Amino acid sequence: MIAIEHVSKWFGEFQVLKDCSTSVAKGEVVVVCGPSGSGKSTLIKCVNGLERIDRGEITVDGVSVASPKTSLPKLRARIGMVFQNFELYPHMTAAENIMLAPLKVLRRSKETARTRALELLERVGLSDFADRYPANLSGGQQQRVAIARALAMDPIAMLFDEPTSALDPEMINEVLDVMTSLAQDGMTMMVVTHEMGFASKVAHRVVFMDQGAIQEDSPRDVFFDRPTSDRAQLFLSKILRH
Amino acid sequence: MRYSWKWSAVLTDPYFDWIISGLELTLLLSLISWAIALVLGCLIGIARTAETKWIRSLAAAYVECFRNVPLLVIFFLWYFVAPEILPRNAGLWVKRDLPFPEFWTSVVALSTYTAAMVAEQVRAGIEAIPRGQANAALASGLTRWQVYRYILLPVGLRIAVPALGNEFINIFKNSSLALSIGLLELTSRTRQISEYTYQPLEMFITASAVYFVIAMLTTAIMMAIERRSRLPGMITRATR
Repeated sequence: MIAIEHVSKWFGEFQVLKDCSTSVAKGEVVVVCGPSGSGKSTLIKCVNGLERIDRGEITVDGVSVASPKTSLPKLRARIGMVFQNFELYPHMTAAENIMLAPLKVLRRSKETARTRALELLERVGLSDFADRYPANLSGGQQQRVAIARALAMDPIAMLFDEPTSALDPEMINEVLDVMTSLAQDGMTMMVVTHEMGFASKVAHRVVFMDQGAIQEDSPRDVFFDRPTSDRAQLFLSKILRH
Repeated sequence: MRYSWKWSAVLTDPYFDWIISGLELTLLLSLISWAIALVLGCLIGIARTAETKWIRSLAAAYVECFRNVPLLVIFFLWYFVAPEILPRNAGLWVKRDLPFPEFWTSVVALSTYTAAMVAEQVRAGIEAIPRGQANAALASGLTRWQVYRYILLPVGLRIAVPALGNEFINIFKNSSLALSIGLLELTSRTRQISEYTYQPLEMFITASAVYFVIAMLTTAIMMAIERRSRLPGMITRATR
């Protein structure tokens, strides 16, 4: 579904991505982890073209992201994305946030979009919050609305860029629960996260990045039981101790 | 001071009618210019945040040109210089056939100048929005133009409303410079009356009072707009 092949990227002189290759198959959940500044957020932003790549190729469902012939809006409309800081539109209610892209990109009717928005809000456990503004929702609630907003486009895959990093500890689980149920429904997911509990429970594969390069790309059990790279072993020993 | 005050001059026929007709022109000039400045300023403000470098530079050049030249000089440029450097036929049309030239030239001068001010406020408003907002909107499949239309402009303009209110008050006050190219607006009319009546103090105090009332009304309107357009949950100054 998502193929990342020999991708490199520079910010000026600094190389943020070094020859990265990995893939996410249909229905697969891949967790990307690694220390801060390792390039994982940049990598996931390259998948829907929010960041440009300098070398290599990324294809989503057979469509090349970097090709000048590709219509990025059309491609992005098929890939859902959830951000660290939720990024709900502050001047719209929860339902309006969810309805915007279906109305303007898919040209759905207002009734269809609203019905679907309410269904999705129910799915993320927020039926009563449709007409609230983001400022009147907690962080966890905002992130669940953001997930519903991404799902409203009926995406073929979902990208999560550190979805719980900006949340208070007691709100993390409500978001992870929604993500887990999505994974169980067979959604194709690429998740950048530090939540190793989520990775060990839900991920099919774990990709470990450090200093812009993919150090390890293993099935979940292999990654947690006997990681091959030294850097991944060190990383795991530090976070699993707590 | 030996000055004999004669406030009744203000209400004497035909002077009172002159003041009213001056006020009408001031309001008409300001409101038309404001409408144009708002549209033009939004477009230039958007252009200042564009991806493409030459569009950004062009918009920046516009803003710098109009912001760094005194408004009085801009009036003269549009009135005396522009007709000469326009293509021959257009220049002739402006000089011979443009109806009510001092009014429409004033509209052009005021709106091109104010557009530069509006553009800066719109740019500042858009730039105050975290970058992730545009990313989220782009990621959902909206085109760049739709992102401006549905997210960046509505949010950026709300942020800019208080600053735009100041520009709105300024445009009424700046409109008085139209007297320099012969438009009989409020200031020009009161000066004219003072020459007829030899009562300049009453006339200029009257003009000041009228501008003051307009500005206060504008402030009240802008505060109402501010209250209604405030982003839900955003902290703004307490409602007075």
